[in-house]
Amino acid sequence: MAEPILSVTKINKSFGALKASIDVSLDLRVGEIHALIGPNGAGKSTLIKQIAGGLQPDSGTVRFLGRDVTALDTVQRAQMGLGRTFQISALAMEDSVLQNVMLGALGASGRPFRFLRPVLKDKALRETAETALARVGLSEQALMRTSDLSHGQRRQLEVAVALTMRPRAFVMDEPMAGLGTSGSQRLTRFLDELRHEAPILLVEHDMDAVFALADRISVLVYGSVIATGTVDEIRAHPEVRRAYLGEEE
Amino acid sequence: MTRETLFNAVLGLGLFAFPLWAWWAEEPFMITLSTRVVILALAGVGLNLALGLGGLVSLGHAAFFGIGGYAMGILASHAQSYTPLMEFPFVIEGTKSMPVIWLVAVVASALAALVIGALSLRTSGVYFIMITLAFGQMLFYFAISWPAYGGEDGLSIYVRNSFPGLNTLDPIQFFLICYAILGAVLLLSARLAASPFGLALNAARQTSERVETVGIRPYRLRLTVFVISGMITGLAGALFADLNRFVSPSMLSWQTSGEIMVFVILGGVARLFGPVAGALLFILLEHVLGGLSEYWHIYLGLLLLGVVLFARGGVIGTLAGQGGKHG
Ligand SMILES: Nc1ncnc2c1ncn2[C@@H]1O[C@H](COP(=O)(O)OP(=O)(O)OP(=O)(O)O)[C@@H](O)[C@H]1O
Ligand SMILES: [Mg+2]
Repeated sequence: MAEPILSVTKINKSFGALKASIDVSLDLRVGEIHALIGPNGAGKSTLIKQIAGGLQPDSGTVRFLGRDVTALDTVQRAQMGLGRTFQISALAMEDSVLQNVMLGALGASGRPFRFLRPVLKDKALRETAETALARVGLSEQALMRTSDLSHGQRRQLEVAVALTMRPRAFVMDEPMAGLGTSGSQRLTRFLDELRHEAPILLVEHDMDAVFALADRISVLVYGSVIATGTVDEIRAHPEVRRAYLGEEE
Repeated sequence: MTRETLFNAVLGLGLFAFPLWAWWAEEPFMITLSTRVVILALAGVGLNLALGLGGLVSLGHAAFFGIGGYAMGILASHAQSYTPLMEFPFVIEGTKSMPVIWLVAVVASALAALVIGALSLRTSGVYFIMITLAFGQMLFYFAISWPAYGGEDGLSIYVRNSFPGLNTLDPIQFFLICYAILGAVLLLSARLAASPFGLALNAARQTSERVETVGIRPYRLRLTVFVISGMITGLAGALFADLNRFVSPSMLSWQTSGEIMVFVILGGVARLFGPVAGALLFILLEHVLGGLSEYWHIYLGLLLLGVVLFARGGVIGTLAGQGGKHG
């Protein structure tokens, strides 16, 4: 089998006495959605940060596109094509929605050090930005101030910014959180298509979305991956049912 | 045309018309006062790029203002005493030519800003404020303890430096030079704010993490704007010294840094014309209140308190309303 696009091997991370990642290994293959689920505080976001570059693991390696990227920082990993969305929206709230997506397009262009021409008149950037907005359904809000968006719209904008980068892999931390039923369904359909452009590592609490989308699921509990498998395998896994899906039946 | 653009236009034209009137009415002091406003506004425009657009609260911009001032003082004093600055390994002569002095002031300020910025920008928040302050103080004490260039007493220049084709001794002509520079720098600064670089820098001020995630280094953006900002304030310093025909360590003092920041905050942080409005108000208060009481700074303090507590957008924000920042 071809090498996975993204893989983590035996990652460990402690915050003082708290072990947030314990020997975590998982990978992301071409064309798939790999869902990462687990109760609150299990260490999902901590793992995402170590993959995206904001947090250095105590031990273990992160590989992306066949390269060991453990020592690279967020910027370098982004430049290689890692597209990330945040659990808590990280957007320029004072700027317009369009400016936020333009920023993504600008980053992807690799030429932010241009000083005199108005950025909004840059046709190429603008097209990338507007296409991304259209794909998540935010075209009408393009000129709104980002702080005036609803919570759900901000989640959509997070995804749009990641799209402008045309990444080789997506890492999304709870993109559906707070979206509401119709919003979640819409995004679910969108991600379903998106996986063919680039695989998605998806942290998500919305089980309907996870079961609808995931090719594989990994379950993280107290920092350890207790199971990885297909939707059916995970549904049937006794330890998973006890630890996590327990109350569901 | 938004209200802010309208306000900016009125401000810009007023600042032009007033000294013309003073010239006609033969009130040279009023022309000098206007020139002071223009030059201090220019220093503020420099700081406003770092502070408003970049979110970098520098309390050390006097360093650049003073470097610009000393660039003029040192070059002109060597020229007037006909002694070269150095003879080995090659000869550097002093000069009385404004364009050359400006160039030296801008390059020297850029280098200083590069060094100060590269070190200070490794910190943020209060530490950044303190480090920039510390660098400013270092230069201040260095200037005081450097007898070759006047030490504590500073340097006097007998005749204002020259500009090809103009008579700089004529107050109105010198005003026009300064006004043209301010206009050009405002134009550049508006362009910068709307440029790709401006977009990224503005985002980095709001959310550094986002900017990194799209593959852009906030540190480089900030260092770049810090250098540009220092260059502009340095140029203002050279003009200021030329206006007074005098440069002293007080240009490098932390009070000067504070005053430049006051222009920006009074006028409106991140507003294109904020420092212009701020410097104008400052000089107006100094002139009007300073005549009534030696302690006019108390009223300035009260006003500043009012702005910070109730009118974050400063004069421009209050008069022209929200929205349309920086250009
Ligand atoms: N920088 C940090 N310093 C100390 N402890 C931290 C830090 N970051 C996370 N933690 C702790 O690590 C544990 C895992 O946190 P993490 O945010 O990764 O959980 P999560 O699985 O994403 O939870 P949620 O579903 O609520 O988002 C938590 O107990 C959290 O308090
Ligand atoms: Mg989390």
